[in-house]
Amino acid sequence: MKNVSRIIPCYAADTSGVCSALYELGGMTVVHDASGCNSTYATHDEPRWYDMQSMIFISALTELDAILGNDEKLIADVVSAAHDRRPRFIAVCGSPMPMMTGVDFDAAAAEIERRSGIRTLAMHTNGTHSYIAGASEALCRIAEEYTDNLPKTKEPSVNILGATPLDFGIGGTVDSLRLWLHEQGFSVISCFAMGDTLETLRKAASAHVNLVISQTGTAAAQYLYDVFGIPYVCGIPTGQQFPAAVADALKHAAADGQCRFPCAAGHSDEKGEIVVIGESIAAGSIAAELSVQTGKTARVICPLPFDPRCRNGAAESPASEEEIERDLTEHPPQIIAADPLYRFICPQQARLIEMPHFAFSGRCFDTRIPDLLHFDYSR
Amino acid sequence: MSAAAEKPRSIRIADADPNAIFQSGLEYNTPVRGMWNIVHTGMLIPGAHQIFACAQGCLRGVILTAAEMNALDRLSWISVSEQDMYDGSLEYDIIDGCAEILQKLPQKPPVVLLYLSCIHLFAGVDFEMILSALRSQFPGIAFVDCYMTPTMRQTVSPAVKMAAQLYAALEPRARNPRAVGIIGNDRPTDEGSELLRLIRGNGFILRDLTLCKDYDEYQQMGECALNLTYTPVAGLAGEELEQRLGIPHLHLPNSFDYSEIAANYWLLCDALGIECPDFSAEIAAADAALDRLYAEIGEIAVAIDFTAVTQPFSLAKLLTEHGFHVKYIIADAAAEDAAAFSWLAEHRPDLEIFSAANVNMLHFKSEEHEPVLAIGQKAAYYFATDHFVNIVMNGGYYGYAGIAALCTLMSEAYRTPKDSRRVLRHKGLGCPSCLL
Repeated sequence: MKNVSRIIPCYAADTSGVCSALYELGGMTVVHDASGCNSTYATHDEPRWYDMQSMIFISALTELDAILGNDEKLIADVVSAAHDRRPRFIAVCGSPMPMMTGVDFDAAAAEIERRSGIRTLAMHTNGTHSYIAGASEALCRIAEEYTDNLPKTKEPSVNILGATPLDFGIGGTVDSLRLWLHEQGFSVISCFAMGDTLETLRKAASAHVNLVISQTGTAAAQYLYDVFGIPYVCGIPTGQQFPAAVADALKHAAADGQCRFPCAAGHSDEKGEIVVIGESIAAGSIAAELSVQTGKTARVICPLPFDPRCRNGAAESPASEEEIERDLTEHPPQIIAADPLYRFICPQQARLIEMPHFAFSGRCFDTRIPDLLHFDYSR
Repeated sequence: MSAAAEKPRSIRIADADPNAIFQSGLEYNTPVRGMWNIVHTGMLIPGAHQIFACAQGCLRGVILTAAEMNALDRLSWISVSEQDMYDGSLEYDIIDGCAEILQKLPQKPPVVLLYLSCIHLFAGVDFEMILSALRSQFPGIAFVDCYMTPTMRQTVSPAVKMAAQLYAALEPRARNPRAVGIIGNDRPTDEGSELLRLIRGNGFILRDLTLCKDYDEYQQMGECALNLTYTPVAGLAGEELEQRLGIPHLHLPNSFDYSEIAANYWLLCDALGIECPDFSAEIAAADAALDRLYAEIGEIAVAIDFTAVTQPFSLAKLLTEHGFHVKYIIADAAAEDAAAFSWLAEHRPDLEIFSAANVNMLHFKSEEHEPVLAIGQKAAYYFATDHFVNIVMNGGYYGYAGIAALCTLMSEAYRTPKDSRRVLRHKGLGCPSCLL
């Protein structure tokens, strides 16, 4: 069954995606839930929780309030906390129980905003989708709400879109990416949303091109393309060979305004010798690098939502434990690059390149989250 | 924090209502992870396999709890989508999912703990029908209904219900008049406690799930002639076993009050039909330990949190009576130690109680703090100290010997700092962890 797993974990959920995306922006994010969503997020999905405090709270929903539809409790508690904490903005999002009771988060957000005088955004999560959906909506809403219409910078410039610790951990890839972009002649206007403030994100429209490094950034990228005409490039300059392709795509996109998907080069429909499992843009980039390095055909298995343009037009992918296990058994690859917790369903004869993914294995391998720009695939 | 918070994070004990010390509101989650959750607890049953059916957001925490315990092979899951909730397939999705999981397991487990979630109960799921169907398909496996239902926590908390369901697979057995159970705990009781000396020293056999090495030993708990509980979460377990298997149940709260401890021992001895010994020496030893500790740590501020001991106000009263400077307590209510709360309100009216989850605690750790000796992980985190007693749920300590043992732990904590960051992130204190 597609919704059953004997042994491998599930990915972080949409509520965690919202919290992770908004973490550093000075807002107050409230998950309407009893307790589990915030505890899970804070423990397993948020490596910044101990050292960098952020106003991520839970509503502590009770049975009585759920049954009686007491949305007033949520609204009043959020307004009270906003009075005490004075956030830059407020975001409210839902979990499974509010889905069951049909909480109208748009209406609740409007009422919170009216009473508090603080801009309040409704996020349409329900705990049944992956972090991609939640982070994607959150980053897009931030782009919609706060991007100022500014002229382009004189020199080549770029925004990084789709940066959360769920995909990249802390530091590592995102820090290296900023340096790499500078080396390629681009100044980084903003990063959605690690290492920059809301004030910095406001300047995003002055960039010539956007670099989308995970599927969580595609909705914001599309918005910035539609409204400000900023083209976007999907890919991560990982390894030795692939960075040149990403740099080339960025320069051409900035010049001709056309979006490009270099990560798609990693995926072939052929059942080749290399399989990369994970988020589509990262996995496609890794597959492209491995394919060039080894001269072997690669394909991407993406258990998360993806844009088919990031997988060479392929719209379907094995996603459940059963489907992935069957695929790997029927078409056994020589090399698999994936989070270590996929080892339970990988064929024993395949070489597993362990690439811990925080959104999958959480803290289990948090000291080994790779810096994708400096990852040595030959190990 | 603004000067005039609508929902203050702390209150003088003299001004507090013991039943609801703080107003409810949004909640913050501290990054301390020692308390057990329902996955840790379920793992206590030897050979048990846990299956969770719930939404992805709820699954994530339980799966990664097992992953960090290096026990992913003992937990499987069935995710629930929006459509599943409305298309009438709820029960069959769970039955089919469980069957698929069990068929794939390399070995059939003796017992399956099947957890449903808030949304299932809200949708009126027929849990009994699910269990009945699974029992028909897998007659050699015991299926236990379990609940991950935090929304219903004010009716029955998940921890209380889980402690009770741990024993739901026990089958009726012939009564062994010499077998005594301690139930509902997540860790063994201290071997040095008077409680165990009374049991073992008088020829009784102790049955405790936390000591069971295999499923047969677990089933032997069904032969107990008496079950003891001493933590608040364990009470329901005792009541349900009394009702279902007819095992008498005695609740002996883990108090720090000498007279309450004595009353517990009198009750136990009466139930066991033995003479209650004189505990003067044990009381004197506890007093001596307290005196030695006071001589060592003196007037340092002491902070106690409710995760370390189930009766923080009772412990605060004991320490206060022995001269210690108990200055802070982290707790949201007083329950079994309401009398100690009242005593402190009268004798130490300025003792400050902090909320464990108030949003205005967010930056409390970063504020300037005097040196504090903390008892418990939340106190250690909030007061930013490396000098803390690292226990949860009383640490298995009980009675006069428990008081003396706690004094030793406080002394060690005073003398030797811990690596707070590393220690506090370990989920489920006492469980295996891949993070260590």
